[in-house]
Amino acid sequence: MTADLIFWVLAVLCVGAVAAMILSRNQGHNALFLVLAFSALGGIFGLLDAAFAAVIQILVYAGAIMVLFLFVLMMIDPREAIAPERRQRAKYLGGAMGLILLVELGFALRGLFDSNFAFDGGSAGPAAVGRSLFTTYLYPFEITSVLILAALVGAVVLGKKEKPES
Amino acid sequence: MPFYIFIPAAPALSALVLFLFGRRLPRKFISLQASLAVGISFVLSVAAFIGLPAASSSGERILSRTIFPWISAGRLQADFSFRFDPLTAIMAFVVTGVGLLIHVYSIGYMAKDRDYGRYFACLNLFTFAMLILVLAENMVLMFVGWEGVGLCSYLLIGFWFEKPSAAAAGKKAFLVNRIGDAGFLLGILFLFAVVGTTSFYGIESAALGAVIPPAAATLIALLLFVGAAGKSAQIPLYIWLPDAMEGPTPVSALIHAATMVTAGVYMVARLNLLYDLAPAAGQVVALVGALTAVYAGTIALVQNDIKRVLAYSTISQLGYMFLGCGVGAYGAGIFHLFTHAFFKSLLFLAAGSVIHALSGEQDLRKMGGLRKRLPRTYPVFLIGALAIAGVPFLSGFFSKDAILTQAFAQGRYFVGALGLAGAVLTAFYMFRLVFLAFFGEARLSPGAKSHLHESPPILTVPLMILAFLSVAAGYLGLPALLGKRANLFAGFLEPVLRPAAEGHLSAGTEWSLIFASVAAAAMGIGLAALFYLKNTALPSRWAARIPWLYDLLSHKYFVDEIYGAVIVNPLVRASEWTYRRFDLGIIDAAVDGTAKTAGFFGKAAGIIQTGLIKDYALAILLGVLIFLGVLLF
Amino acid sequence: MTTTTVLGLSVILFVLGVVAFFVKRDLLTQFMAVEIMLNAANLAFLGLARTIDRADAQAIVFFVMTVAAAEAAVGLAIVLLVFRRRRSIRTEDQNGMRG
Repeated sequence: MTADLIFWVLAVLCVGAVAAMILSRNQGHNALFLVLAFSALGGIFGLLDAAFAAVIQILVYAGAIMVLFLFVLMMIDPREAIAPERRQRAKYLGGAMGLILLVELGFALRGLFDSNFAFDGGSAGPAAVGRSLFTTYLYPFEITSVLILAALVGAVVLGKKEKPES
Repeated sequence: MPFYIFIPAAPALSALVLFLFGRRLPRKFISLQASLAVGISFVLSVAAFIGLPAASSSGERILSRTIFPWISAGRLQADFSFRFDPLTAIMAFVVTGVGLLIHVYSIGYMAKDRDYGRYFACLNLFTFAMLILVLAENMVLMFVGWEGVGLCSYLLIGFWFEKPSAAAAGKKAFLVNRIGDAGFLLGILFLFAVVGTTSFYGIESAALGAVIPPAAATLIALLLFVGAAGKSAQIPLYIWLPDAMEGPTPVSALIHAATMVTAGVYMVARLNLLYDLAPAAGQVVALVGALTAVYAGTIALVQNDIKRVLAYSTISQLGYMFLGCGVGAYGAGIFHLFTHAFFKSLLFLAAGSVIHALSGEQDLRKMGGLRKRLPRTYPVFLIGALAIAGVPFLSGFFSKDAILTQAFAQGRYFVGALGLAGAVLTAFYMFRLVFLAFFGEARLSPGAKSHLHESPPILTVPLMILAFLSVAAGYLGLPALLGKRANLFAGFLEPVLRPAAEGHLSAGTEWSLIFASVAAAAMGIGLAALFYLKNTALPSRWAARIPWLYDLLSHKYFVDEIYGAVIVNPLVRASEWTYRRFDLGIIDAAVDGTAKTAGFFGKAAGIIQTGLIKDYALAILLGVLIFLGVLLF
Repeated sequence: MTTTTVLGLSVILFVLGVVAFFVKRDLLTQFMAVEIMLNAANLAFLGLARTIDRADAQAIVFFVMTVAAAEAAVGLAIVLLVFRRRRSIRTEDQNGMRG
């Protein structure tokens, strides 16, 4: 019962933060609202008995990625980004299509799940996750490390200051 | 041992080797290989000839062998088969024998030429094709050889292809031949339709068995003669032969005197049973032959190029051969083919020797007095001239006489008279040539004069051999006056070419005919002596008196110009119009149009590639929506 | 808190992410919208994990996060470059990839 309550609170918080993010024009506000949303999501993860996921959501998403966004934000002058209103086409079209998407996915849900499913028990602790990572998903694990390396190198190369022409 | 099936093999192999490697092989090797190849064919021809038993029963003297089955399409069965009989033996002997002499001569004549290997490759290929033509057992294979020699003629006439006139001459020869071949092919098709086979054995059986209605036979015979007129340069398809003199002189000797141009005569003789069934066609053949003989003779009277005179002379003599065949004297026609091969190639090669000695001069007006300076060339040239003029005791006399005798015996007085007139012309223009070139004061250019030298033995020895043959060959066909058996030639050919249906002249008529042809020759030579030896101012005086006639003759009756205006030009313009309308207008437009359409659609499709991220995202979203929609509903 | 509810939340978040992408006019914020969508996907994974296989689902979520992090790093570097070149990160008029 309590779990349900906490869930709904966190859910409303999350959706509300995202909605606020959409409505706000200030990029800094947008980023911060997202931090809130991701943190709420982390809480929900925890409620779903995914402890590992919850922790890394807070650590990585809310803690690292969004901070990265804020860093970049600070390096960019956002004044240019706010422009006079023109060409609304994409906005309204996107909104309409988003609505349709919502409807479709709703249908999908209804068709798939007619009843609640119960817990099936079983451990979902970090130990189990670790076991899964290093046995079933060993290859992807190793490959993602390479991926991160590539991203690291790429980001450094791309971010380097251009040499002044002279 | 069927030697005869191997006769075309050596030249074929040699040609292949020379075409592939001719540029890299040393000259001595090429000379040796090419000549040896023809030599082998010659030896095989002689061996096969000896192998033909002397018995007169026809079965044993007509051999045939199927090398391999070739075309089998519905009713048409044409195998790659050879046939060897007395007629083939004679043709093979001429082709390989004269061919061998000319190959040897060419070693000397073409020694300084850049494309030595290509020359001999083409010459060998020609020999191969001509042998296929004469050895063929059916008309389809003969047509293969027919086309093959046409191709080689094109290659050899246009041998010095960088010279525009030579290239044009080669093209002209091939195209005019093609026109004749259209008729030939139609003839073959009709023949097949009526007889059901194209093999000579089948045709002969059909002809003897009265299976072929006369109207069909006449049509077929005429169509085939169209082909012969093209290949053997008769009216109206002779125009390529004089132009063909652009090729090297040995080529003129071999192809345009002794062998290729005689293919038409051979074909008519081969199908003699068919022509016997169509007397109307025979009349046409004889008439065309006789008219051509006189017509070409008149043009030869005023030509100034030594080779052109000989070219028109060849056209004229071919006319005689057709005259003979046309009146039913196929044996006489082939006999003239036989003797003509020797003395005409002799004349061409000797002319080549003269041209060589004069460092390339071919104009008669720039020659003269060469008698003393060319002691080996002059006598043989004289022998050739005497032979062609029909002077007694040389071969030309016997063969020409045989034809004329038969013509009169068959009651064909008109063509016979034309033949006699032609004999006068022949003697006249031939000796005009002799006197202008070898007698009188030298009119040479200084350059030619300083380099004047007799030709080396490699050129003169073949000449001497041919001179000997030009005299001796005649004795194979002595006139019937001297006894029925005297004509060895006709006797040999008997199973294949039956002697002309009995037209007999009394001994007295025959003698007076001989007397008439001797008189014709004497008149011709005498008049030539008068005009070109004694009173050298006479020709120009006569030319001044009748300028219109002189112009007409020296412009060859303007036939080339007429053809050009009436046939060639309209065709060229029509094809240009077609090119513009259809090729450019429709086909190119279609291809370009396709490209333009593709481009248009590409640009149209490119409208959605705006470069804006949101538009792309919209597209993705749209795709997702559709996809989900399809999945769900 | 049924699975359906969780998945419903995931759907809502995803749609909100899509809408955010189309509403916003600068590159950086649009990037943030992509992150929202990724998170919605993660939520869906975990929502189903309760009934299917919890440990594996968390491993997959781990991978998604890793990839998102790498992508964010490189993407932000690109945003920086774009800003340096054009002095603006508006997306409406940048049609360099046109055609």
